[in-house]
Amino acid sequence: MSVDSATVRRIAHLSRIAIEDSEVERLRGELNAILAFVETLSEVDVDGVEPLTSALPMQMKKRVDVVTDGGIADEILANAPIREDHYFVVPKVVE
Amino acid sequence: MSDPTHLSLAEARDALKSKKLSAVELTQAHIGAIEKSRALNCFITETPELALAQARESDARIARGEARPLEGLPLGIKDLYCTKGVRTTAASRILDDFTPTYESTVSANLLGDGAVTLGKLNLDEFAMGSSNETSAFGPVVSPWRRAGDPDAKIVPGGSSGGSSAAVAAHLCLGATATDTGGSIRQPAAFTGAVGVKPTYGRCSRWGIVAFASSLDQAGPITRTVRDAAIMLKSMAGHDPKDTTSVDALVPDYEAAVGASVKGRRIGVPKEYRIDGMSAEIAALWDRGAAWLKDAGAEIVEISLPHTRYALPTYYIIAPAEASSNLARYDGVRYGRREQGRDVIDMYEKTRAAGFGPEVRRRIMIGTYVLSAGYYDAYYVRAQKVRSLIKRDFDEAFASGVDAVLTPATPSTAFAQGEKGAADPVEMYLNDVFTVTVNMAGLPGVAVPGGLAANGLPLSLQLIGKPFDEETLFSLAAAIEAAAPKIEFPQPWWREG
Repeated sequence: MSVDSATVRRIAHLSRIAIEDSEVERLRGELNAILAFVETLSEVDVDGVEPLTSALPMQMKKRVDVVTDGGIADEILANAPIREDHYFVVPKVVE
Repeated sequence: MSDPTHLSLAEARDALKSKKLSAVELTQAHIGAIEKSRALNCFITETPELALAQARESDARIARGEARPLEGLPLGIKDLYCTKGVRTTAASRILDDFTPTYESTVSANLLGDGAVTLGKLNLDEFAMGSSNETSAFGPVVSPWRRAGDPDAKIVPGGSSGGSSAAVAAHLCLGATATDTGGSIRQPAAFTGAVGVKPTYGRCSRWGIVAFASSLDQAGPITRTVRDAAIMLKSMAGHDPKDTTSVDALVPDYEAAVGASVKGRRIGVPKEYRIDGMSAEIAALWDRGAAWLKDAGAEIVEISLPHTRYALPTYYIIAPAEASSNLARYDGVRYGRREQGRDVIDMYEKTRAAGFGPEVRRRIMIGTYVLSAGYYDAYYVRAQKVRSLIKRDFDEAFASGVDAVLTPATPSTAFAQGEKGAADPVEMYLNDVFTVTVNMAGLPGVAVPGGLAANGLPLSLQLIGKPFDEETLFSLAAAIEAAAPKIEFPQPWWREG
């Protein structure tokens, strides 16, 4: 499979990465080189094979559902690029 | 003492214990070496004041007879580990001046055992690269030079290139690193160092900037096998904050160094003899097998039939996980922000400006293979092939093999700009021997095997059973003892 320039733009938007028109052709070439590289997987017989979702068989550990942290709003906001009191500030979302 | 930066970590530990040397003297020697070695660009952030304060505390503890396992030993920390109060960048512009208010579990374990931290080491951006050339803070220069070619700037490997170069240049006694597809073992191999990627789950991933969560694992880079064993003992252990970290006793790895390897069965996988393998790498591999045989091990040929699919599988799974993990960099909670006309425009401009080209490429590939209509064809199929790759190893170990021996890399280190400029896949091929290990969650170690004709280090890889790092330390020590001793380069790069 290979991608066309419309698909490159769609993927960039889904990825929330702005791209210039001048970048589309180059990105299309690079993405298609990677897709050609992984194409070889289509020749593997995977009938009846379970997908591996965990590198080692392990039971997901669960902890007691209690509050273990909190009251650190200042720390959480310490690295925010723009903040007001205890809020992160973003461009207006609702008109 | 002549130059304390030339001690191994184990030797420095013993010198501090016997009070032949103080932690402050040892730390000052390393700070001095770092200041004169900025041409190598190993560190993104140096923390000399912090290191000296830690060293003074260590000297006080040693005087009181309360030394901890790593008391007063200066280490470097890969700048992917969050460090409380010290800027953490992942070598990306997007994190800007991000200063964590918490400490990663692994670096906290090292500090808790008395280590001194010299600063934050350079890496490929978000650990995506094999040469340290994708760092937003510029490439790291290896202390190694090609014979007869002193002008070529050799890469230290990646992604843990700052770690490997700093260790090889004697700027720290050891360094933390991380490995998602080979990022500990390949840089160790390129610089004549020892690199250990432990079993998935051996070390906590909490507080380490995430790349591909099902593959990422922390480990050490050091100059000797014993030093790696000492460091891993302190780094490893269960952490309730990482549900994939394993609640199992951490053995005394150092005790495994020097243990007999008599009767161990070592598998040599025929599929690793790839087309175009250089005669020099093939000869290194044969020598490695001969060294282990001389030490009493038995060498058997094995088959890992899905080896050739490991790298393509990796380049679906790792970008898919990366695209999800890196969604958090949105310009809202931390890091850089570009202004936009609305919130989506702000995200898109922030991420375009903050991520470098390799990271953008991988996020886009990951987004594509996870998108509607392609998820089954790419992502689910890759996860199935990953099962087959793991099954190959399971069957080899079930047949009685204790460990697997391969070359660590398909070539020695190359120079800056030599690979991947036209085709990103050319760079990806560096990890052809290491990536299977991450796919299967196994432990692996890169150990030097002498020098190539071009004067650069050659390296072998040993792959072990899950949580059997001890066998790897024994086998790696046997290779280290038999191989020509690595003499690290004289400091041609030093200023002043």
